[in-house]
Amino acid sequence: MPPKVLIANRGEIALRVMRACRVRGLETVAVYSEADALARHVEFAGEAYEIGPPPARDSYLCAEKILEVARASHASAIHPGFGFLSENASFARAVLDAGLIWIGPPPSAIEAMGLKIESRRRMIAAGVPVVPGTHSLEDASERLRVGLPCVVKASAGGGGKGMRVVRSHDALDAAIASCRREAQAAFGDPTLYLERYIERPRHVEIQVFGDSFGRVVSLGERDCSIQRRHQKVIEESPSPAVTPQLRQKLGEAAVAAAKAVGYINAGTVEFLLAPDGEFYFLEMNTRLQVEHPVTEEAFGVDLVDLQLAVAFGDPLPLDLPDAPRSHAIEARVYAEDSEAGYLPQTGKVLRYIEPAGPGIRMDSGIREGSDVSVHYDPMLAKLIARGRSREEARRRLVAALDETVILGVKTNLSFLRRVLETPEFIACETDTAFLERVSVPPIPPPDEHLFRSAAACFGALPAADGTPASAVRRFDPMSAGAFRILAP
Amino acid sequence: MSEILTTRIDPSSVDFQENSAHHRSLAARLRAEMDRIRQGGGPKAQARLRELGKLNVRERIESLLDPGSAFLELAPFAAHDIYDGAAPAAGLVTGVGRVSGSDVLIVANDPTVKGGTYFPITVKKHLRAQEVALENNLPCIYLVDSGGAFLPLQAEVFPDREHFGRIFYNQARMSAAGIPQIAAVLGSCTAGGAYVPAMSDETVIVKNQGTIFLAGPPLVKAATGEDVTPEELGGGDVHTRISGVADHLAEDDAHALEILRDIVQHLNRTKPSRGDLRAPEDPLYPSEEIYGVLPRDLRRPYDVREILARILDGSRLHEFKPRYGNTLVTGFGRIQGYPVAILANNGVLFSESALKATHFIEMASQRGIPLLFLQNITGFMVGRAYEHGGIAKDGAKMVHAVANAAVPKLTLLIGGSFGAGNYGMCGRAYQPRFLWTWPNSRISVMGGEQAADVLATVKDDQREREGLPRMTAEEREAFRRPTLEKYEREGSPYYASARLWDDGILDPGETRTVLGLALSIVQNSPEVPTRFGVFRM
Repeated sequence: MPPKVLIANRGEIALRVMRACRVRGLETVAVYSEADALARHVEFAGEAYEIGPPPARDSYLCAEKILEVARASHASAIHPGFGFLSENASFARAVLDAGLIWIGPPPSAIEAMGLKIESRRRMIAAGVPVVPGTHSLEDASERLRVGLPCVVKASAGGGGKGMRVVRSHDALDAAIASCRREAQAAFGDPTLYLERYIERPRHVEIQVFGDSFGRVVSLGERDCSIQRRHQKVIEESPSPAVTPQLRQKLGEAAVAAAKAVGYINAGTVEFLLAPDGEFYFLEMNTRLQVEHPVTEEAFGVDLVDLQLAVAFGDPLPLDLPDAPRSHAIEARVYAEDSEAGYLPQTGKVLRYIEPAGPGIRMDSGIREGSDVSVHYDPMLAKLIARGRSREEARRRLVAALDETVILGVKTNLSFLRRVLETPEFIACETDTAFLERVSVPPIPPPDEHLFRSAAACFGALPAADGTPASAVRRFDPMSAGAFRILAP
Repeated sequence: MSEILTTRIDPSSVDFQENSAHHRSLAARLRAEMDRIRQGGGPKAQARLRELGKLNVRERIESLLDPGSAFLELAPFAAHDIYDGAAPAAGLVTGVGRVSGSDVLIVANDPTVKGGTYFPITVKKHLRAQEVALENNLPCIYLVDSGGAFLPLQAEVFPDREHFGRIFYNQARMSAAGIPQIAAVLGSCTAGGAYVPAMSDETVIVKNQGTIFLAGPPLVKAATGEDVTPEELGGGDVHTRISGVADHLAEDDAHALEILRDIVQHLNRTKPSRGDLRAPEDPLYPSEEIYGVLPRDLRRPYDVREILARILDGSRLHEFKPRYGNTLVTGFGRIQGYPVAILANNGVLFSESALKATHFIEMASQRGIPLLFLQNITGFMVGRAYEHGGIAKDGAKMVHAVANAAVPKLTLLIGGSFGAGNYGMCGRAYQPRFLWTWPNSRISVMGGEQAADVLATVKDDQREREGLPRMTAEEREAFRRPTLEKYEREGSPYYASARLWDDGILDPGETRTVLGLALSIVQNSPEVPTRFGVFRM
């Protein structure tokens, strides 16, 4: 019997991992909450087990229940996907303690990168550049080291409160004094922190991969600068701002970062990239990323397959590409109202049509009839387009978004399309403040003629009205399920 | 479309969350009570039944039903907290289910509850089930396993019009009306109980387990000195081979239920499908939000359309007279694709609300659309101006229309049900096909506060006539307290359901499903034209 892999996740990523397992001839085990009994990942898996009520804390976050399923199903490995328990070191450890294979980094690496101050200290020691900063604001040499422009902020603060951007050394003292007053008033703590201010940075991250033979490689970068509410919306690889030389430097820094914590399996090292080409370590994500498909498409690799290979003890292949072969862009399809503060939306998917064509890939967790509930992340699917150039990938993505139909739940499909069509995106002028800075055009009004024609067509369909009810209706609640009053 | 109900509810508000927590806890208690009721006479009695190789009452029903079909249990809270809690579900499980493709009414004794004997509430529940069968034209299946009347309470079980004898009267009348009566004798069936299988059109009996006799072996011994075993006296073999009291001999419970399913196959009935039925559609807002919509305090007003938005197909209501008499919301909508005409209280009833209701009921009757009443009503408006305005005759018009409307009526108590409001909104006396309550509902002739005030005022008037001083504030409070406590206890939905004033307490989150089942079930009855009498103008 081939080994079985339990996928402790749901939605599109669960399907993605199961597909990779099938390629390797591995059996798959799904877990699901009551809300997901009819979900795609459940029927895709070789076997599936319910693990509790809809809220994630009662199901997908229940380490005990998942381990119980692993035991009952004789699974030999667990893939956590992303989110949920993927960066939970104690879960990883429990998996290993249970004698199972953990398809992810060693728990110690998860822990080391999970603590902000600790990881910053380790990165400095490993020679990875971090954003220069200091608590000794009066020390002239420290001020010099931080450099300009800089930002003064309250140590206890957050949300930008009491922050001062300073562009000359002359203005620094005044800024410190006023910031201190404000910090005292707002947080009751006058302690300040001085840090280099990175203007209009890009969010660039490096895919790294380590095997259990001590080899760590980098697989280029992803540019994830288009964000809303600190959540990525559009990602691409390669980054329009990264030259081969810079890619080399970033890769070396990322590999150094990974080696510093004894990293094995897939991971991502995030950097802030300043317009002057300087870059600074932000954090390391010790798991597979949502946006991993852009690397796969640009480099022609299967990262989940590599994860399985490494986890089952194989060395990394020696012929992995070190430069992108294509350009890939990913758009995340969310159930949300992009026009009303990106408010998550719920409902039932009534009509669903996926796009297709050369260079088009849809990683989706839904189908017609799927319920989009309040319990989980509103991301429904990821649409990825690959092209020989960035422009070809972009045009393919726009056309694929046009082709995609999701009715019944409000989505950001139109918003994504409008972002991709802005002159700024076309001109590669992307940074993390993109959506605050660039005005995305509003939803175009519907074509009145088209609208009326569609309504007329729909009205003309048989059974919309007029047809005898008996011919249309076969549904009877009495035979539509074993309902019992106040069932346990 | 303008018919779509919009919501003003914010599910993230503190008020919503607190409401939700409150009503969810009421629902949780309801489920806990139901879990206890499902245990019947308790684990010991259940174990004894298993040793005898018999299925328990709920297992019997489950094996009888079509797989994957619904069972709408009636009055599970019957006898709750009566008879010292010794009779869960009154020892009788009743409900509407689907057998061999037909909707049928099932009445099943629970032998783990005092040997399946009939308490006064058991009789009431059995008769209510038969009434549901009669009104909705449903074949009756009796799973008999009962020792007959509970002898210590015979005076409340045997002699009166609505007592034990009525069960057999109903069987005869229903059989005459073309409603099949079918019985399976799965245990003892003694004395009066013997008539249930004997009065049935077609009867099954289990070998070495079911017995039918007018007098059991001890009574025979006393009367004639004859020594006889139960099986010799009235067992399956005797009745299917010698006496002809039963028609089919079954090996065991499972076999008997299989024979019953075969019998239903040959009833030659089809379920009618009337009116403009559509494919069902979920509401736009989840039913579970009802918990957060309902205020914690019955007296707090809220817009009942928020409830409708969470029950009706597509949250659509074609509201009738939205600008007139607006303390009553009336309108047409659908539940699970079935058309339904809704009357829902949104405040105290005025003359205008009553007139609007009357008009609306006339329309629904004319169109053959089932009526659904959502009760949350303190009563009709009082005071000089209203009496002079003739509120009594306008209220009477509404009551008259409700009483005579021949379309199926469903009633749900979603809040208070007080005074004449209960009549106008199709309370139990107005014979709705089904009547349910929610765990937060209250029912009494008036609110406890009002009743206590009225009695205290009467008392004070009496003291005045006797030349005594009025009660002090403390005396008045002490005088009021027993009334308040009595109303609190007797107004509870559990108290009501225990006495069969309704067909059960529903979890609000499950209400839409239950209403859909009810609307399907009422389709079984033939359409009857409505004839109204004299409306006082």
